[in-house]
Amino acid sequence: MKEDTRKAPRVGLFVTCLVDLFRPTVGFAAVKLMEEAGCAVEVPMAQTCCGQPAYNSGDRADAAAIARQVIEAFEDYDYVVAPSGSCAGMLKKHYPALLRGGAWESRAEAFSGKVHELVGFLVDVLGVTAVPAAHRGSVTYHDSCSGLRELNIQAQPRRLLATVEGLDLKEMENADVCCGFGGTFCVKYPDISNKIVEEKTACIAAAGAETLLAGDLGCLMNMAGKLHRQGSAIKVRHVAEILAGMDDTPAIGGGGR
Amino acid sequence: MEVSSPQFKQKSRKALADEQLQRAMGKAKAGFIGKRRKAVDALPEFEALRSSARAIKDHTLAHLDLYLEAYERKVIASGGRVHWAETAEDACQAVLDICRAVGARTVTKGKSMITEEIALNDFLEKNDIRPVETDLGEYIIQLRGEHPSHIIGPALHLNKEQVEEDFRRVHDKLPAGRDLSQPESLLGEAREILRPQYFAADVGITGANFLVAETGTSIIVTNEGNGDLTQTLPRVHIVVASIEKVVPTLEDASQILRVLARSATGQDTSVYTTLSTGPRRPGDPDGPEEYHVVLLDNGRSSMLGTEFHEMLRCIRCGACMNHCPVYHAVGGHAYGWVYPGPMGAVLTPSLVGVEKSGHLPNASTFCGRCESVCPMQIPLPRMMRHWREREFERGLNPATQRFGLGLWAFFARRPRLYRLATSLTIPALSGLGRRTGWFRSLPLAGGWTRHHDLPAPEARTFMQQWRDRDTRKQEGGVA
Amino acid sequence: MSGRDMSGREAILGKLRVAAGGGSADAARQEAVEKRLARPPRGLIPARGQLEGEARIALFCQMAEAVTATVARVRKADDVPRAVTHYLRARNLAPRVRMGADRRLKAMNWSAQKSLEIGHGPAAPQDEVGVSHAFAGVAETGTVALVSGKDNPTTVNFVPENHIIIVDAKDIAGDLESVISRLRRKYGRGEMPRVLNLVTGPSRSGDIEQTMLLGAHGPRALHLIVVDG
Repeated sequence: MKEDTRKAPRVGLFVTCLVDLFRPTVGFAAVKLMEEAGCAVEVPMAQTCCGQPAYNSGDRADAAAIARQVIEAFEDYDYVVAPSGSCAGMLKKHYPALLRGGAWESRAEAFSGKVHELVGFLVDVLGVTAVPAAHRGSVTYHDSCSGLRELNIQAQPRRLLATVEGLDLKEMENADVCCGFGGTFCVKYPDISNKIVEEKTACIAAAGAETLLAGDLGCLMNMAGKLHRQGSAIKVRHVAEILAGMDDTPAIGGGGR
Repeated sequence: MEVSSPQFKQKSRKALADEQLQRAMGKAKAGFIGKRRKAVDALPEFEALRSSARAIKDHTLAHLDLYLEAYERKVIASGGRVHWAETAEDACQAVLDICRAVGARTVTKGKSMITEEIALNDFLEKNDIRPVETDLGEYIIQLRGEHPSHIIGPALHLNKEQVEEDFRRVHDKLPAGRDLSQPESLLGEAREILRPQYFAADVGITGANFLVAETGTSIIVTNEGNGDLTQTLPRVHIVVASIEKVVPTLEDASQILRVLARSATGQDTSVYTTLSTGPRRPGDPDGPEEYHVVLLDNGRSSMLGTEFHEMLRCIRCGACMNHCPVYHAVGGHAYGWVYPGPMGAVLTPSLVGVEKSGHLPNASTFCGRCESVCPMQIPLPRMMRHWREREFERGLNPATQRFGLGLWAFFARRPRLYRLATSLTIPALSGLGRRTGWFRSLPLAGGWTRHHDLPAPEARTFMQQWRDRDTRKQEGGVA
Repeated sequence: MSGRDMSGREAILGKLRVAAGGGSADAARQEAVEKRLARPPRGLIPARGQLEGEARIALFCQMAEAVTATVARVRKADDVPRAVTHYLRARNLAPRVRMGADRRLKAMNWSAQKSLEIGHGPAAPQDEVGVSHAFAGVAETGTVALVSGKDNPTTVNFVPENHIIIVDAKDIAGDLESVISRLRRKYGRGEMPRVLNLVTGPSRSGDIEQTMLLGAHGPRALHLIVVDG
């Protein structure tokens, strides 16, 4: 990025609980991508989870308490970015609904305007058109549901992937169909979830790519877990890792560092 | 129809193991989705029409009492009669009274989900009146003593061999050597059997896709023509329709028709759209002598103005279930009542109570595909979540689930404690899984590890590592 | 109306009124309803439904054929009987048709078709071919609109296995809304014929394994004869 006299935008990174606990690499990839695009990235310590487990289980009180906590921690940043369409969707689309009609309504609305999913933020807000990364090999991309349908994330990751040197994108059939994760759904209805993810892994395998990418760690862990149980050699990564040129770290389930 | 939704889990496991059903569902899925896509892509105005259709229903629902009164006036003026039924029992009784008044023994029926909802067939049979379903799919499942597994494709769950078996069992005058191995010959057989029934029936019963307030007209939309024969040939035509079917004007019906068939079967329009207004008129060479409308509430008025209000926009096209991964996986019967799929997951708790149907709004990944294809833009996932909230408020979720959620929320609401707890457990878990990078089983994670492996955490948490980076940066800055 | 109907009516309407705001804004709501019923908004008409002239007729034929209707065009009404005979021969059907007493059909020169037998009145199970005259056509979807009346039995449209419908090119509208306007002019505001059948292609069913088959309960074949002049 060119030197700019304007101040670098201050971005609060919403890490998401799954990235924090299971795959910090995604968080560092997000930081790298945004810093390279000229942002000053900070990570507020007062974050845990976006509250979806409570919200989607009908527990509005806890979900609202978490929403207020997140808003408080992040509302002073220029932007709030999450490497997950599902969590970003929660912050952007559902917090205002959750806090409607109370003292927090206008704060939630203002906050909502600052929230973005990582790849959408890079392309639509920062105007990033190419990444300096390289990846030798073929990948296929799964559109995670919340990112796709709540935030319109579909063209942006493909656009940036097309600029990764050496990368060959092989689209799978039904890329936009749910993988069966659904948060608590996959443990409440494991048999149905399994049927759905089996359909998904069949599409993934048929695409013939070496690596599966997506923008949501929940979906990725679900698909990776199924692929591994099936004995598949397909590697699974968050799209940010490839865009940030961090394909030297082991793929999901590839062992600790 | 008895509600068996509490057995959703058992029924869905059975459905998942049923290879025949799985083949049928695979076929149905591919067909519906592709056909809708093609029809929608061919009409540039489709999205704008969705908004227009939605606005019409929103307006109608805000004035529902007035449009129903206007509709009733016009029905009466055209020589028809309107029977208001608060409950399923009232509606069944109204139909029976009409049938008895004309001494009916046999009634033919066009496809109608409302008569499934009020379990009209059972009621008529108990009262010695024989209902004959004439829609091919409905006819097949009536022979089998089943209920529809899909609101527009009642026999979607069956294959042709099963249908042949049923026809051979029931059609006892089949000529020897009659070939019934193909859909063509099965259709021919059903046509032949049902033909005389239309002429013999005393009463014909249909549902309605729309009721038009402007003219007192009922509209049915079909492909087979059975609905038209059903309502034209007998002496009496009874329309059974729920109150939210009313639209203000003919133009309003036309707007919604443009999204209905495209969303349902991927047709630009259905083969037969029939607008009926009153009974036979002086000089008419055919048509029913009596025209009755049974207007059913059955809990809908209680949805108006609540968070489930928007469900009343539903036009029963089936697009939500056609695009639902859960419906594809388990089929319609697992849902345990009349309405399956996402629309059923919202409507069933409204009509039979969430305590009996709590599984339905929970058995969704919230993937949102249903809402994205709904021609009436109904926020189905949001309303499923509202049902989950009602369940939670009333303490209907299982205790283990509530406990787990409570424990999680306790930590999630205390960031410092959460960081401390995760900074201890995650590195330990990571170490435990270091050898292969995966867990094949793990205490408390049985729901997950039954069907897939769990990747081990990479290392320490992101937050731990980030603090180190910050510290290093600051030290570096000082040096 | 029986007592039960009456109490059901009041109970349902009462609940709806409460949900609608408890009578507070009733005058405004009443006015909104009356206005919409008196002057129905036309809504959104797709560009496809707004073609004129020959393009409109061509779209009508194309859309009808896309749903497996067959279409023939003739220059004038008197060419219709010959076109009907021709169709029956080509399909190997007996020269017998059923039709109503529609004056437009009556005015045609049927006597020239020597071998053609014509039955009038409602259709019976043994009738193989029905002939109707359409009230209108809709180019947007390839639909024909048929109205019932003393000269137009509804059974003719559904009982015979083959249905021939005559439609005058001048009656082919771009969209259904234009047909609705014409109905209003003919029958009066708020009035309808007893039955308006909108027919788009021959009868079909996909209820067995999603295999779309023609001729479920209504006509197996639909033949449209468009009269240009």
